[in-house]
Amino acid sequence: MPPLHQAQRAMRALRRAALQRGVIAILDLGSSKIACLVLRFDASPGAVGEESDVGPMAGQAQFRVIGASVTRSRGIRLGEVDSMQETERAIRTAVQAAQKAANVRVDHVIACFSGGRPESHALFGEADVEGPVVTGADIGRVLAACDMPDLGPSREVLHAHPVHFALDHRTGVSDPRGQAGQRLSTDVHLLTVDAAAIETILLCLKRCDLECAGLASAAYVSGIAALVEDEQELGAACIDMGGGSTGLSIFIRKHMIYADSVRLGGDHVTADISMGLQVPHATAERLKTLHGGVVATGMDDRELIPIGGDSGDWERDRRMVSRTDLIGIMRPRVEEILEEVRARLDFAGFDQLPSQSIVLTGGGSQIPGLDGLASRILGRRVRMGRPLRVQGLPQAATGGAFSAAVGLTLLAANPKDEWWDFEAPPERYPARSLRRAVRWFRDNW
Amino acid sequence: MRTLKLLWQITIPSLRRLPEAVPSGMRRDPAPTLWSYRYQRLMLTPAYRRLVRIGLPSAVAVLMLGGWFAAPGNRAWLLAEIEAVKNAIQERPEFMVHDIEVIGADRALSVAIHGIADFDFPLSSFDIDLAALRDRVTELSAVRRAEVSVAPGGVLRVVVDQRKPVAVWRYSDGLRLIDAEGVMTGMIASRSDRADLPLIAGDGARDAIDEALALFATAEPIKDRVRGLVRMGERRWDMVLDGDLRILLPAEGAVQALQRVLALHEAQDLLDRDVAVVDMRLGQRPTLRLNQPALNVLRNAAASAGYAAPAAPIEEEQ
Repeated sequence: MPPLHQAQRAMRALRRAALQRGVIAILDLGSSKIACLVLRFDASPGAVGEESDVGPMAGQAQFRVIGASVTRSRGIRLGEVDSMQETERAIRTAVQAAQKAANVRVDHVIACFSGGRPESHALFGEADVEGPVVTGADIGRVLAACDMPDLGPSREVLHAHPVHFALDHRTGVSDPRGQAGQRLSTDVHLLTVDAAAIETILLCLKRCDLECAGLASAAYVSGIAALVEDEQELGAACIDMGGGSTGLSIFIRKHMIYADSVRLGGDHVTADISMGLQVPHATAERLKTLHGGVVATGMDDRELIPIGGDSGDWERDRRMVSRTDLIGIMRPRVEEILEEVRARLDFAGFDQLPSQSIVLTGGGSQIPGLDGLASRILGRRVRMGRPLRVQGLPQAATGGAFSAAVGLTLLAANPKDEWWDFEAPPERYPARSLRRAVRWFRDNW
Repeated sequence: MRTLKLLWQITIPSLRRLPEAVPSGMRRDPAPTLWSYRYQRLMLTPAYRRLVRIGLPSAVAVLMLGGWFAAPGNRAWLLAEIEAVKNAIQERPEFMVHDIEVIGADRALSVAIHGIADFDFPLSSFDIDLAALRDRVTELSAVRRAEVSVAPGGVLRVVVDQRKPVAVWRYSDGLRLIDAEGVMTGMIASRSDRADLPLIAGDGARDAIDEALALFATAEPIKDRVRGLVRMGERRWDMVLDGDLRILLPAEGAVQALQRVLALHEAQDLLDRDVAVVDMRLGQRPTLRLNQPALNVLRNAAASAGYAAPAAPIEEEQ
């Protein structure tokens, strides 16, 4: 097992400690914004108790968002830490504001990030069941029996989900524990990222006096938040259009089976506008959010936007640009992103899935007219996804840009079983080697 | 001079804090410094927060107060100030007492109570220890119970339940007045001071005052002749009548015995005869002792009548 395995297990223990203490922070390290939510976990379930038919929705009644803050991201490019000092400052800003809103000190943080070139691997493992029924140790042995692919140099495992189990001839068993059988096999979805990206983020969190209680891929958690339960069950892809990178994750039977990221995002659109119109980056961002679009109509030719070049020559530099021009700059880049996504989806075999709904979420998905463009390029009907509602979330944080943060809160409340949650079988080497040593002594003396 | 002026022009503007140059369209970076971040986290730690918000101010307050009180002059000043305020309140006319009023006491007792409570009026009612005054008044032997209060109008009111003497007890040191509970209420110089009260004498007479009173009540028909009761051996009573006539009463049932004597007296004028002692100590055998002349007469009469004389005539004592 790689050392991150131990680290992940330590993180899991930390997360358990944080849940017992009742307060944990969620940190979404994006390229354009950093969001921090402070969650308070209650020991007792909410007012919707066992008496009523409507149970607490997937354990979400257990926690409540008591502090939220968003800050402009600094020092993160393409979902990876670019400048550690700046990233630290940004994390400190977000955490401090959220702490202040929650009026509680937070020590444990679960972070998600989108960079690090995530790569999916499918693993298969098979082993005999030792007892009459399958136990956790059997699952651990099956997972240990998986043949590890070559991950490449300096790659670390970020997620390792046992996607489904097969017990003898029965396939599609979601949880074989307690069932009778002889031969257990499993499919594991392994998501690896650059080790350096993880290390840097861990270091940043450590230098902010925070303890990392878990790491997650932004593509995965935004899928959890933006896909409804049927979509997760029947098969769907979630496309999280972030600032620096666009993540995509494919879900079926409530498990992520594929995740990838396109290293293009809203920041590239902004950069195109900035370059095309010769305006500062901030002005370009403002133009994009206020007047942006991807489908030009005749009306847009007549809509002239003062771009406020702010070149210091206010008397002469009073350029206007029509909205059609702006759309003309934005559309090729958005198309490029979506085509890249389509290539990844085709590579992953998305068209083999029984249901092929696509959900667009993330800050970049708020461009008007994007759903039409996306369905034309991706070839399927596309839905705009907004994150699930969780208790206490401020209204400002309910948009698509907060899918990853909300998904991370759901993941913190209902963690999925990962590889490292099952105890690996104890190796029996020490006893055997001791016996051999004793025998050697007996033979020679 | 020019150098100084140049220095002035260089240094002073740099000391002044200029507003940070923020390019328009870009917000100022609100990131906290590492130390302000750490400070805020520290302040959000519950224990530390409590320490700073409660512990520290109280510690400072205690220190300052301690430092102030450490100087003896300050302490004295504070005590004097407190005393002055206290006096200002206590000396208000509403709290002043001008007079004393004794209720339920005769003249002698009243004088005694005035002697005990000789305050120099006007006086604040806070300065009068009513409980102590009540105890001291109650200590007077003539007082059974006393209530002391400050009545509206600035009057110290002493309500006394005075003991009423019911008998005079002749004791070794003189004549004592005894009330119905056997408690001494005072002394008198001579018997004639309280001739209206019956006289008792003897050790332990006080303890049997109930019986003595019952006996006096029984002896109402011969009231004029009764001189007093004498307690004999702290056990029983002798009733002494005029002419040294004694009625020896038993320890038990003295009243009945006296009633028998009175019945005899009514029937046969027993007590008008020349009798020295009527001995009722044995109920079955009341005994009379005659005076010497009567005895002699009785014997002579018996002798002249030819009866067998019970005894020879006794010579009269010289």
